[in-house]
Amino acid sequence: MRTAGTVQGRSLWVDARRRLMRNKAAVASMIILGIIALMAVFAPLLSPYTFDEADFTLVSCAPGWWPGENVLCHADGAHWFGMDRVGRDLFVRTLYGARISLAVGLVATCVSLLIGVAYGATAGYLGGRIDNLMMRFVDILYSLPFIFFVIILMVVFDRNFVLLFVAIGAVEWLTMARIVRGQTLSVKQQEFIEAARAAGVGTAGIIGRHCIPNTIGPVIVYVTLTIPAVILAESFLSFLGLGIREPMTSWGVLISEGANSIQQAPWTLIFPAGFMAVTLFCFNFIGDGLRDALDPKDR
Amino acid sequence: MLISYAVRRLLGAIPTLLIIITLAFVMMRIAPGGPFDGERRLPPEVEANINAAYDLDKPLHEQYFIYLGRLLKGDLGPSFRTRDFTVTELIASGLPVSVRLGLSAITVALLLGTTLGVFAALRQNRPADFSVMAIAMVGITIPTFVTAPLLTLLFGVYGVNLFGLEISLPVGGWNDGALRNMILPVTVLALPQIAIISRLTRGSMVEVLRSNYVRTAKAKGLSSFRVVTRHALRAALLPLVSYLGPAIAALATGSLIVEQIFGLPGIGRYFVQGALNRDYTLVLGVVIMYASLVILLNLVADVLYRVLDPRVRYEG
Repeated sequence: MRTAGTVQGRSLWVDARRRLMRNKAAVASMIILGIIALMAVFAPLLSPYTFDEADFTLVSCAPGWWPGENVLCHADGAHWFGMDRVGRDLFVRTLYGARISLAVGLVATCVSLLIGVAYGATAGYLGGRIDNLMMRFVDILYSLPFIFFVIILMVVFDRNFVLLFVAIGAVEWLTMARIVRGQTLSVKQQEFIEAARAAGVGTAGIIGRHCIPNTIGPVIVYVTLTIPAVILAESFLSFLGLGIREPMTSWGVLISEGANSIQQAPWTLIFPAGFMAVTLFCFNFIGDGLRDALDPKDR
Repeated sequence: MLISYAVRRLLGAIPTLLIIITLAFVMMRIAPGGPFDGERRLPPEVEANINAAYDLDKPLHEQYFIYLGRLLKGDLGPSFRTRDFTVTELIASGLPVSVRLGLSAITVALLLGTTLGVFAALRQNRPADFSVMAIAMVGITIPTFVTAPLLTLLFGVYGVNLFGLEISLPVGGWNDGALRNMILPVTVLALPQIAIISRLTRGSMVEVLRSNYVRTAKAKGLSSFRVVTRHALRAALLPLVSYLGPAIAALATGSLIVEQIFGLPGIGRYFVQGALNRDYTLVLGVVIMYASLVILLNLVADVLYRVLDPRVRYEG
């Protein structure tokens, strides 16, 4: 209940939101990303075709509107993005690829978020020798050529889908842990932590209720930058033939197929690559916008 | 001081390398399937003979120590799948290609990246600056496996007419490292690095240009060219040295893709193929090769940074 005349206090978050909303690139990116996400979710409703149904009369056909005569054939109807090399509708497949890529991005980022925040906050709050030991471990992991291990892992476990999420998430948590640790180190010196301890809150309670919520700004920024990194990692693996299995697909798989038939059917590369590039751009712009909004002193 | 630091770092790399070897060894071995699984079942005696010849009949930990012992003598073992070749021979045949690609890419990236970065910083917040940074953003977000086919299509398949000069480049193959064959792979490999380096350079250059000693140099009446090249640039390029480590790691990963797309005979393509074929020794050899390269070059970058920036203390 607001009564006239009282001054409404502005929290950090209200301020940050206002700054973010003023950033045109970030707002545009959020809208575009929202549209892509909605298209991915409602993919089956947007097209009369399914992602795994092949029409052998339309193999590698260009979309109906494609200019130029030197293509095999033109597909019409709702085949807006043309057909792939076994005659499946590329529009639906691109959207299904978006589903997988976005899902991998979100899930693997959550995995890295959970591990990284818990690990970093614990190390930062406990400090001293434990902190030293824990961060030394992170340093060692940092120097491992991780993508090689992910490749071996995918080969060993025969392209297990769940493992893909876990493996990529397990690679990405290191930086998160470092960021959270740094934040926790500065937060734990402050008086309200002292107050909580005086009030008898246990270590786990202080870390969970008081330290972690106060590290959230930089973490959010880093999350928006991790999602595109994860999407890239998944596409990289799929491109090498180690990611998602047929007939399911991801942007990496589609781009790899497109790259192989780029001479006869350039649209098979252009559409998935375009979708992926736009998505990556959007995440980067949002991340930059969030950083400026949450940390205005950097401007 | 510096030497003891370098030695300490070198010693510190040994446990890291050991962890890497152990991890890779264990992971390859718990994989189902072996290097000699073929279409045809071999007679049991033959299989036993093969396993004995490659020490595969011994318990796993024993194999591990045999491998380590050989490794200490610099022997990476025989390749399981490529008959009559040792892993050392395979790597030796591929390494010059990979190294040459990587070195060319990093050289191009450093030259172009710093130039673009300085150019943008000197025109801060003007159209030239914004356009350079926008292009850099594109370079960072678009992955290698998209730029490679697109550039191939543009320059290899269609051919581009630039200033009346018909440009048509080979789409793949090595051809003993001819310049024409190098251009596309090196470009693809260097693009993301050019983007990152130009962003880094611009950032630090903007900061340096605001500092007092640059203002002093300007006040002395030096030409702006001299101020930039002699005074500002030295300090501005310092952060780049610490980026060299990650850059090299990124090039190693990128070379996996680039060597596959352009069909180059480097060591990157041995890795994926080797892992799929369960060629244990080959995979281990390539991992060890890449890991020691990355670790060593990281160390060089760190030492270099300490030489160039006396403010850094020798700790940790």
